[in-house]
Amino acid sequence: MFTIDFNAFLNALPYMGKGMLGIFVVTALIVLVVNALNNIPEKKNKKNKD
Amino acid sequence: MELITNLLAGLWESSGFTLLTWQNGVMIGVSFVFLFLAIAKKFEPLLLVPIAFGILLANLPGSGIMDDLTLSQAFGGDPATAVAGSHWYDSGVLRILYAGVKSSIFPCLIFLGVGAMTDFGPLLSNPISLLLGAAAQLGIYVAFIIAIILGFTPQEAAAISIIGGADGPTAIWLTGKLASHLLAPIALAAYSYMALIPLIQPPIMKLLTTKKEREVKMTQLRKVSKTEKIVFPVVVLVLIALILPSVVPLLGMLMLGNLFRECGVVDRLSDTAQNAMNNIVVILLGVTVGATANGESFLKPQTLGIVALGLTAFIFSTVGGVLLGKVLYVVTKGKINPLIGAAGVSAVPMAARVAQNEGRKYNPTNFLLMHAMGPNVAGVIGSAVAAGFLLLMFQN
Repeated sequence: MFTIDFNAFLNALPYMGKGMLGIFVVTALIVLVVNALNNIPEKKNKKNKD
Repeated sequence: MELITNLLAGLWESSGFTLLTWQNGVMIGVSFVFLFLAIAKKFEPLLLVPIAFGILLANLPGSGIMDDLTLSQAFGGDPATAVAGSHWYDSGVLRILYAGVKSSIFPCLIFLGVGAMTDFGPLLSNPISLLLGAAAQLGIYVAFIIAIILGFTPQEAAAISIIGGADGPTAIWLTGKLASHLLAPIALAAYSYMALIPLIQPPIMKLLTTKKEREVKMTQLRKVSKTEKIVFPVVVLVLIALILPSVVPLLGMLMLGNLFRECGVVDRLSDTAQNAMNNIVVILLGVTVGATANGESFLKPQTLGIVALGLTAFIFSTVGGVLLGKVLYVVTKGKINPLIGAAGVSAVPMAARVAQNEGRKYNPTNFLLMHAMGPNVAGVIGSAVAAGFLLLMFQN
């Protein structure tokens, strides 16, 4: 049925680290993009200008 | 008298009763439970009713509704059912429709609809919620490690573990690329667990948080400009596509749908993507995914292992989100309610609704829904990114 392989576990750990690190790096980049977008000035409504 | 007896005997022998196996019986029972949960308990009926009915249809003996009769097994059926000289249109009607799942057409179209329905406003106004969406991918890698220990190949383990992303389309898309022979149990487990979120998440959320944390009332989100909402899907798509080109089919459709919604000049396309098209694809996807659960091929130790691993992944993804929510609660000096971390699993909007309901149980004046939508939509991006990394590491 299922065989338990602890060497495979040790070999798989780096993949877990790389995977989670990769997700957080991409997320951090998106956070930077979102923060940059926050600084985009919104076009003022004509009515407000008048 | 003998004529009547022979007639009745013939009728019995050609009936489904003689073909019915115990495995079919079990799966028909499972479909009844799912229908009960969907109709009586209202557990994500839009997903669970088509899935449950698909399970029922596939286990009614002799119907041939999921048989793939082509010798090339074009639609991913059992080679034992192939018949020489058969055309593609001789196969069962659900098996032909299942080509939309195998080819990843349905998952990508679902993402188009999800994008058109998604308001990234809560995420843009509270970018920290993106981190919760990332932390809630923890279950993917925990399940991956356990699957490896149990002897699955790295490709199979990656495909199984993506169930923890709580994102059916992503699970189907990745499994089709890494371990297509496991598509049926993985798709069914992913969608079933998404529908069962109101059962799975609350005990974990309660276990990991204190009453004081659950009662936190979050402040109103800032208003997000239209320009930000239009630029976000385009810029993020380009950024992620440059890092992980393989996820473009999924994220590209998600962001296209979102641009339809936000740009304000294609309301008809946005409406179609959100409603008519999405509903049609949900019906086709739900019924065909359910119909893959034929008792004889489904009830195997390996399938049950996948279902168990999927649940493990789901639980640990919830744990990851809530634990980071607790960290943010401390860092922000009690301004973030850790319950919204559970919404980081991407099932939109079910997980956000669960956070809202749980928050209200402990503070009836609390309104966490919009706050939870931030991590929830971040989870959609997070699970697609996780799938991209798994593909990068394990595609042959």
